[in-house]
Amino acid sequence: MAETRYTKDHEYIRIEGDTGTVGITDYAQGQLGDVVFVELPTVGKAVAKGGEAAVVESVKAASEVYAPVSGEVVAVNSDLEAAPGTVNEDPAGKGWFVKLKLTDAAELEGLMSEAQYQDYVKTL
Amino acid sequence: MLNRQGRPTTPGHTAAESHPTFTGNRALQQIEPLIFEIGHHETTGVDLDAPAPFKARLGKHARTDGIGLPGLSEPEAMRHYVRLSQKNYGIDTGLFPLGSCTMKHNARLNEKMARLPGFSDVHPLQPLSTVAGALAVMQELARYLMTLTGMPAVSLSPKAGAHGELCGMMAIKAAIAAKGEGETRKVVLVPESAHGTNPATAALIGFIVKSVPARADGTVAVEDVKALLGPDVAAIMLTNPNTCGIFEPQIVEIAAAMHEAGAYFYCDGANYNAIVGKAKPGDLGVDAMHINLHKTFSTPHGGGGPGSGPVVLSERLAPYAPVPFIHLENGEPRLIETIADAPDGNAPFGRITAFHGQMGMYVRALTYMLSHGSDGMKQASEDAVLNANYIRAGLSDLMSLPFPDHPSMHEALFDDEWLKGTGVTTLDFAKAMIDEGYHPMTVYFPLVVHGAMLVEPTESESKASLDLFIATLRDLAMAAKGNDKSRFTGAPHHAPLRRLDETRAARQPVLKWVAPLPIAEAAE
Amino acid sequence: MRYLPLTDTDRLDMLARIGVPDIDALFSDVPADRLLKAPLDLPRAKGEIEVERIMGRMAGRNVAASSVPFFVGAGAYKHHVPATVDHLIQRSEFLTSYTPYQPEIAQGTLQYLFEFQTQVAALTGMDVANASMYDGSTGTGEAVLMAHRVTKRRKAVLSGGLHPHYAAVVNTISEMASDTVVALPPDVTASEDILAQIDDETSCVVVQSPDVFGNLRDLRPIAAKAQAHGALLIAVFTEVMSLGAVTSPGEQGADIVVGEGQSIGNALNFGGPYVGLFAAKTKYLRQMPGRLCGETVDADGQRGFVLTLSTREQHIRRDKATSNICTNSGLCCLAFTIHMTLLGQAGLERVAEVNHANAVKLADMLSEVKGAQVLNETFFNEFTVRLGKPAAEVVEALAQKGVLGGVPVSRLLPDAGLDDLLIVANTEVNTDEDRAAFVAALAEVLA
Repeated sequence: MAETRYTKDHEYIRIEGDTGTVGITDYAQGQLGDVVFVELPTVGKAVAKGGEAAVVESVKAASEVYAPVSGEVVAVNSDLEAAPGTVNEDPAGKGWFVKLKLTDAAELEGLMSEAQYQDYVKTL
Repeated sequence: MLNRQGRPTTPGHTAAESHPTFTGNRALQQIEPLIFEIGHHETTGVDLDAPAPFKARLGKHARTDGIGLPGLSEPEAMRHYVRLSQKNYGIDTGLFPLGSCTMKHNARLNEKMARLPGFSDVHPLQPLSTVAGALAVMQELARYLMTLTGMPAVSLSPKAGAHGELCGMMAIKAAIAAKGEGETRKVVLVPESAHGTNPATAALIGFIVKSVPARADGTVAVEDVKALLGPDVAAIMLTNPNTCGIFEPQIVEIAAAMHEAGAYFYCDGANYNAIVGKAKPGDLGVDAMHINLHKTFSTPHGGGGPGSGPVVLSERLAPYAPVPFIHLENGEPRLIETIADAPDGNAPFGRITAFHGQMGMYVRALTYMLSHGSDGMKQASEDAVLNANYIRAGLSDLMSLPFPDHPSMHEALFDDEWLKGTGVTTLDFAKAMIDEGYHPMTVYFPLVVHGAMLVEPTESESKASLDLFIATLRDLAMAAKGNDKSRFTGAPHHAPLRRLDETRAARQPVLKWVAPLPIAEAAE
Repeated sequence: MRYLPLTDTDRLDMLARIGVPDIDALFSDVPADRLLKAPLDLPRAKGEIEVERIMGRMAGRNVAASSVPFFVGAGAYKHHVPATVDHLIQRSEFLTSYTPYQPEIAQGTLQYLFEFQTQVAALTGMDVANASMYDGSTGTGEAVLMAHRVTKRRKAVLSGGLHPHYAAVVNTISEMASDTVVALPPDVTASEDILAQIDDETSCVVVQSPDVFGNLRDLRPIAAKAQAHGALLIAVFTEVMSLGAVTSPGEQGADIVVGEGQSIGNALNFGGPYVGLFAAKTKYLRQMPGRLCGETVDADGQRGFVLTLSTREQHIRRDKATSNICTNSGLCCLAFTIHMTLLGQAGLERVAEVNHANAVKLADMLSEVKGAQVLNETFFNEFTVRLGKPAAEVVEALAQKGVLGGVPVSRLLPDAGLDDLLIVANTEVNTDEDRAAFVAALAEVLA
C-alpha cells in the first residue's frame, strides 16, 4: 500500500516497502514554470535528509530538489533528461526524479500527510 | 493642364487595413536573414593583395581545411547590420527606464575623444616613455574618483562591475590573510535584495554566503547585521543606495559595527549615480566600492558591454590593490606592473587582467567628468533623484509602492499588488509598454518584492518626456484595472517580433547556425 | 549644462508636485552630517571646445602606433580595421542599447550574438561558443574554473609558453579560491615536457599556440594524454588572426578554447576594452560561463533569438552560479563579428597569409643583423629575437629613433633572466619601408 508524504520545500515521497519515489509537487511545478532541465544524481549515491538529491531548472529559476529522508539512490528517471516537460505534465507520476532506499524509516514521521500539505499550500 | 490622375492625398479608407506582404517585411521593418544565409565562402569585403611567393614557417601546423565561414561584400554587410540595428531599442530611441542599469545619455564627444589615435591606437606594452598621456589619463581619472568618493586609493583594473566586486573582495581576502585570520573569517553577509553578482562573487573565492533579511521598509537594520556578526565574518556586501532605490539610513552604524567586529564593508556601487557630489562613500565607512563607469559616468552599454568597474579602497585595503597601478613619484605618474616593483607599504594580491584595464572607457568617463564638472555631476545626481520621485508622485495613486515610507533615490520601485485580480502580470505590463514606444523598466528585480517594477528615468529626461511617460503608464494602469486584457496579454503587438518561446530555446538549445542538409540526405 | 534638460522652473514645479520644499528633502535618509553642502574640489563644468583641448593635449603625449614603424605585439596586435566597422558600431541602436533582456526589441543585438557564436565556433573548431568574455586573460581564468567544475579536481598545469599575464590572472584567482597551479618555467623554444606533468589529479592543462614567444605548438599529444587522465586541454591564443593560417585547436582535440579577439575589429586602446572568445565541447555546455544566445520562435512562429540557459548565471543562481560574470563585451564583440563578416574565410585566409609572409620577411632580415638571432623554428606573425644586450634598453633606444620595436621579455618576466630577448610582431599593416627602418635602427643600436 503506497503512502505519500510531503515536505515544506514541496517534494513528495511515495513509499512502497523500503523504497520511496521522490518528485516535486504539482504546486511546485506550477511555481517554477516550464521545466527545461533536470540534473539527476548517480545511482548508488547516499543522500542525507535535506541534502541535494537533484536540480530542476526552468527558464528563469533553478532549485535544488532535497531528499525528504535519508537513503541511497537506487534509480533515477533518466527519461527526464530528454523530456524535462514531463515534470510539468505529470509531476506525481511519470515526472518523478529518484527512487531512494530508505535508511531510517522513522524520518518519515516528520513529513506532512496529503491533507496537511494541501492545508499548508493554502497558506502560501 | 490637370495631371493628378486621381491620386488620393489623404489616407482615407486605408487607415484601418492591414495586409500581409509578399516579403514579410513591414516597410522599415525588414526581415533579415543570417549572414550564413546571405554570404558565400569565396566572397570578401576586404581587399588585400596576395604576398609574393615565400617559404612558410608554419611547420606542420598549416591549416589544410576551409574554415567554413562566408564573407559579405561591403554593401551587403552595411545593409545587414543597419537592418539589424533597426530591430534594437536604444537610449537614443526613447526613454529607457531600466532600474539599476542607469541608461543615461551617451555624449558623442566621449566617443570622439576615445577615438583620438593618441588613445585608441596605443599599445599596452609599448615603451612607457611613449605613453605619458595615457598614464596622465589614468592618474586624472583616479584623482576624480578618489575626490568624489573620499577614498584614498583606487584600482582601475576591473573590466566590469562584477569584476570590480571580485577585485574588492580579493583585496578584503588578502587583508584578512595578512592579519592571520584567513582560516577563521570565511563568512560574507549579503542582503536578500542584493544583485546576484554579490553572492556569486563571494562564493567564487571561497567565502560562505549568509543572507541578511530585509526589513519591512526595504532597508537593512543594524541590529540584524549585529546578530550575525562574529569572529567568522569577513565582510558585508551592501548596495547603497540599495536595490529598492532607498538610501540605507543606518549605513554609518552598519559600517561601524563591521569595523568593530574586525570585518570589512564592501559597498556595491551600482547605484552610486544617485549620490555623486551629494555624499562620499568614504564618509560612510565604506572599505571598498566598485564604480560602474558605464552607469554613473555614461560610457555606453553597447548592448551588454564593454563595462569598466574601478574599485575605490579605504586606507585599510589600499596596500592590497592588484597590479598594475599608478604610483605618483615626484608628482609624475609611474606605472607599477609587477609585485616586485611595488613601492614599500604595498602588498598587491596579484593581477586580475592582462593589461591596464579599460583605457577606452577611462577616456570616455573622464570626458564626462570634465564636461560636467563638480557642479554638473552634483546637479546630475539631483536631477536623477528628482525625476524618479516625480514619476513616483505621478503614479503612486494607481500603482502600489512596497516601501512608501522612504523617499526614492534615483529609481522608484513598484510591486504588483495593484495588479491583483486583473489577470495582468508585471511581465504583461512591461510588454505593453513596448507597444507604447518605451523600453520596459526592470522587472522581477529586486527579488524581495513580488512582481517588482523598478523605474529609473535618469537625469537625461526632460519634464515633457516624463509627463508623457507618466500619462502613458497611467493609461496602461487604468486599462489593466479596467479589464482591457488584450492590450497586455498579447503584447507586444507592434515590435519587430512578438513574445519569444524561451522554453523551447532552453529545452533544445540551438546556439549556432548549422547548414541545412541537402534535401536528399534530409529525407533519409 | 548641455546634458541636463531640466530648467530651474521645471525643478521647482516638480518639487511642488512631489510635495517637498527642496531637493535635499529627498536625500533625508542620508545622515545630515554626511550630506555634502558645497560642490567638491574639482573643476566646474566645461564646454566641448575646452574639453577637447584638454583631452587632445593628453592624447598628444602618446605615440600612436600608426605614426611610426610599429612591431609591438605579445597579446595585442595592430591590424587594419575597415572603416565600415567603426561606423556601424556607432549606430545609436547598437551603441546605446542594453543587454538584450527584452528580446522583442533587441533582435539586432541577439542576431549578431548568434552570428558571432557561430563564427567563433567555426574559427576555433569547437561545438559551441559563448557571447564573449571581458578579454582573453580573464577568459582563461574562467576556463580553468570551468575545468575544475567539470572534472571535480582542482589542479591546473600551465605551459611555460602561456602569456605571463594570463598565467598571473590564473594564479590570482586560483590562490584566492585555494586551487593548485603548477606553472612551468618560461619555455622560449617550445621544448618543455608538459606531458610529464599530467596525472590523475590534474584538472586541466593550459597551452597557448602560437605561444607568447611566437612558437606554434602541437596540441594533439597533450590533448590525448590529458584526456587519458580525465583532464581537459584548454587551448589559448592571443592572436586570433593566426586561426586563418593554422590548424584549429578544436581539430587538435582541445576541450575548451579561449583567446583574445582584439585583432579582429578592435583597436589597441592601450589594453582595453577587448573581447574574450570562449568555446567548448557541447558536453560541457552547462558548465560554461557567460551569456549564451539561442534560436527560437516568437508567438507567430517567426524565427528569433533569446539569451538562454541563464540558470547558469549569477542573476538566477547567485552563489551557485558558474561565474560571477554579468557583462560581456557587447560592442567589441559586434566589432569582431562585423570585421569577420567582411573578411569571410577567404579574407581571413588572405590577411593571415600576408601577416605570415611579412613576419617571415622580417625574420629573414633580422637574422642578417649582427648581434641578433631569431630563435623560432615556427611562428605565425610574431617571433623572439636574442639580442646579446638588454632588450629593454634596445627598445628604448629604438623608440628614440622613432621605431617601436617590440616587447622586451623582461617587461613580462622581470626575474626570469631572459633580459636579452625581444618579442617582435609583424602584421599586414607593416610595409617594406617599416621593416627597413627597423632593421637599420636595430643595427645601429646593436653596433
